[in-house]
Amino acid sequence: MRLIHASIAAVLLAVAALVLPMSAGSVHAAAVDVYEFENTEQQQRFRNLSNEFRCPMCQNANLTSSPGGVAADLRREIYRMIIEGRTDQEIEEFMLNRYGDFILYRPRLTLQTVLLWFGPLLFLLIGIWAAFSIMRRSGGGDSQLTTESLSSEEELRLKQLLAQKENDVSDKA
Amino acid sequence: MIPELGNFSLILAFCLSILLAVIPMVGAARDNLLWMKLGRPLTAGIFVFLSISLIILGYSFVTDDFSVAFVANHSNSALPIQYKITAVWGGHEGSFLFWTWMLSAWMLAVTVFSKAMPEDFVARVLAVMGMICVGYTLFMLATSNPFDRVLPLPPADGADLNAALQDFAFIIHPPSLYMGYVGFSVVFAFAIAALISGRLDAAWARWCRPWANAAWAILTLGLSLGSWWAYYELGWGGWWAWDPVENPPLITWLLGAAMIHSLAATEKRGVFKSWTVLLAIMAFASSLLGTFITRSGLLTSVHAFATDPTRGVYILGFLGFIIGGSLLLYAIRAPALKSEFGFGSWSRELFLLANNMILVVASAAILLGTLYPMVYQAITGGDLISVGPPYFNTIFVPLMGILVVLMGIGPVSRWKKTSAAYLRQQLSKVAIAALVLGVAIPVVLTLEVPLAAIGTAVLALWVTFAMLGDLWTKSANKSTRLAGLKGLSLSYWGMQVAHFGFVMTMTGACLTSIYSIERSVLLQAGQSADLGNYTFVFNGTEPVQGPNYIADEASITVIRDDEHLLNLYPQKRLYTASGTPTTQMGIDGRFFRDLFVSLGDPRAGGAWSMSLYVKPFVRWIWIGTLFIALGGILAVTDKRYRRYKVRRGEAVSVDAGNASVGAATALGSGGHGS
Amino acid sequence: MKNLKLYIPVIGFVVLALLMWRGLYLDSRTLPSVLLDRPLPDFELRALETGDQLVTREDLPAEPFILNIWGSYCLPCLQENPIFMAAKEEGVIPIIGVNYKDTDAAAREWLDDNGNPFNMSIIDNSGRYGIDLGVYGAPETFIVDAQGVIRYKHIGVIDYQIWDDEIMPVIAAVQAEATR
Repeated sequence: MRLIHASIAAVLLAVAALVLPMSAGSVHAAAVDVYEFENTEQQQRFRNLSNEFRCPMCQNANLTSSPGGVAADLRREIYRMIIEGRTDQEIEEFMLNRYGDFILYRPRLTLQTVLLWFGPLLFLLIGIWAAFSIMRRSGGGDSQLTTESLSSEEELRLKQLLAQKENDVSDKA
Repeated sequence: MIPELGNFSLILAFCLSILLAVIPMVGAARDNLLWMKLGRPLTAGIFVFLSISLIILGYSFVTDDFSVAFVANHSNSALPIQYKITAVWGGHEGSFLFWTWMLSAWMLAVTVFSKAMPEDFVARVLAVMGMICVGYTLFMLATSNPFDRVLPLPPADGADLNAALQDFAFIIHPPSLYMGYVGFSVVFAFAIAALISGRLDAAWARWCRPWANAAWAILTLGLSLGSWWAYYELGWGGWWAWDPVENPPLITWLLGAAMIHSLAATEKRGVFKSWTVLLAIMAFASSLLGTFITRSGLLTSVHAFATDPTRGVYILGFLGFIIGGSLLLYAIRAPALKSEFGFGSWSRELFLLANNMILVVASAAILLGTLYPMVYQAITGGDLISVGPPYFNTIFVPLMGILVVLMGIGPVSRWKKTSAAYLRQQLSKVAIAALVLGVAIPVVLTLEVPLAAIGTAVLALWVTFAMLGDLWTKSANKSTRLAGLKGLSLSYWGMQVAHFGFVMTMTGACLTSIYSIERSVLLQAGQSADLGNYTFVFNGTEPVQGPNYIADEASITVIRDDEHLLNLYPQKRLYTASGTPTTQMGIDGRFFRDLFVSLGDPRAGGAWSMSLYVKPFVRWIWIGTLFIALGGILAVTDKRYRRYKVRRGEAVSVDAGNASVGAATALGSGGHGS
Repeated sequence: MKNLKLYIPVIGFVVLALLMWRGLYLDSRTLPSVLLDRPLPDFELRALETGDQLVTREDLPAEPFILNIWGSYCLPCLQENPIFMAAKEEGVIPIIGVNYKDTDAAAREWLDDNGNPFNMSIIDNSGRYGIDLGVYGAPETFIVDAQGVIRYKHIGVIDYQIWDDEIMPVIAAVQAEATR
């Protein structure tokens, strides 16, 4: 029991530590652009678009999180285009025409990315199919807990064993 | 001289690992008890020699022995002592030594807590872990030896530890992540031992579960720490980037979650045996895959260590041998693991099956997204695409939604068969309450119809109410409610606490994504900016002299409803030695919201650019993970698992019962796995 | 049949492992330019040589030329400068510089110190033209044919090996096309 109390106390302490005010350090001088927008919707679009594009010169980071260089230039272009009233679609085309598919964190649906976009759905369908087939084989059709191959005698024996095992398990629990 | 001792010790550990991989395994095959029993002392030896290696590497750091290449590349005489020690895992070679040492620590734990297990089983488990250890130590000796020297002309001083790693969270994040990660090799070894012996019964599952739960709980903490670090360190409010190096641990976590659920069904009901084994192999495979991706430079990532194809080829070869071999063994031996009789519709088995299905589909989808850029490059002959957060969020969020729906039902359902009427009775009120309150609360609070927030609230309340309802039902048959609650098993509490934590994390993640607001402004001293309900007043900056840096510290007063709320003091630092500018954020973290300010640059006329953030519920993400980990630990401490002296007769009788039923029904002969 | 299904995981794994083995030898760091075989983007910028007067695409050579993105802050540019100097002396091909995100004064000083291989250096202070070129940092090198179409792009520093093995053949090809 002591171990349990100790672990609960540890978690509560950690929760307290998380909730208490703190100040924290950063070695990355984060990007701070001072752009004035006409409304919050524009600001939101700017943020969303900066998150959707990959910084071309960084290892793997979006435009928002990259401090300098071409990422800052591209953010400036996004800002300019938002203020000019261009649509998200147009801004994406602008990026695509200059930097190619690499810059889009949300890949376009093409013949080569069909598997990427529909793969998860395919996995899900396979998963559902597998689950159903397992369920059917396990006698999942409501009352069919046993298969046809069992004679009534075997079925009786099975029930006895089940009951016996159930008791075993509940004893142990 | 001393680093050579470390190297020598590493070589000894390698030699002992070879012995451990062979002798107990052969002993188990030939029923030679002495050979089997050699597993324990050999394991202890490996642990001792790897510990010596690790301590010597630490000693080399502390004594500034820059003739050791790894020390020269990752330390500096001016580095504070605590970072000199943690620099041991601050680079590829040292972190791999640390990782291998962690493996030997887990192996030692197996020898300590396996007194009740059959000797042949322990021998096989240790031998499998010995094989893994052979691979790791050989990898170090062959391609990445932390004790390599720069002789005859060692540098006068070291290149210093990466500044990003000079941080408290980074002292504890890698150890916990590695410890959880490596822990999955224990469960893997259990699974391989079961495949070799063909023996997988309720007792096996009972031995396995605490290890799986412990590894998974620790991995939860490791992931959470990494995310927390990213949040306060990177300075733009992100807490998960779906980076190729972050994804494999998440895959391991998801597969681990699937495995501990499947193990529950295997223990209680004897079902999903081969599936559990397959999950154990896959969880371990994904942890090796993570190693491979991090250390081979296969994918472009912010975290990648070294980009050396030789290392990649080596790890891939090891991966192929261990995982390919295991899966082949699985294909050959799985039919021997006979699963039990069936289960009805609405049974708990069925919900666990659905849970596993979702978790595995989510893992597969993340793996697909992570590796797809490489596949694309191979298909198109060199074109590059990026698969990033927008993709992963689109795929992952709906799957987690389904999972949370199931999470409300699963714990209420019963093993073997649950009547639909019972579920309806238990859950209809819960569903109605969750729907009504889940819609009403966000609408009342925001005076809008925020669909995403409503969805989040409904799902969160659904699980919470179902949980409370279940506690109410299950505590009913005792004299008092409190006695009833106390009477519930620790593993039951573990499950509920972990589920609660999961919902809390998900809720925090969703709400903070929906409601976070931010603004970048240019302020003169005395000027203010509004964000949400808050007004941030910039009072000006003051120069601050730190021990090894100079800084401008801004004072920002936050006002809400005309009331002074608090002050934040973000800094812009310049480390004088390296000339690195850094941002020290001002964060005020509370249960319901974080306020933080990240200072930009001084501009003309004493003005400063700065980013202001209000992030509601963001802390729930990490508090939730603490509950998840606590739940895992509670489950480990269940006294069922602490009774190590299991009477042999009992285990055997269950086993015999299983076997006869398995034979009689010829049901699910390993077919569950496919 | 049932047992064959059990081989699915191992087969899946083998496919994955082969893929990753292939992946180890793929270069995921150099971006292929989408501008290949497209005309050089329009511009209207100052040049170091022309003072305040703006230059446009019309002012570029009517024959094939190299377009090199450089800056005085860029260390690799220093490394490839001798190659361009030699090419200029031998009259291999005209070289146009794009002085990328730099200041005029620093750029002039750099050219004075290290030698000027460029027929002309277009000034792109803001990096705006760089974006049109899909540039992400100096140095980058394009080869433009007589029709003003981009035919080749190299990201990063050019050494003698790359010059001889990759650049010279492309130059020869576009020049041969131009004289035909």
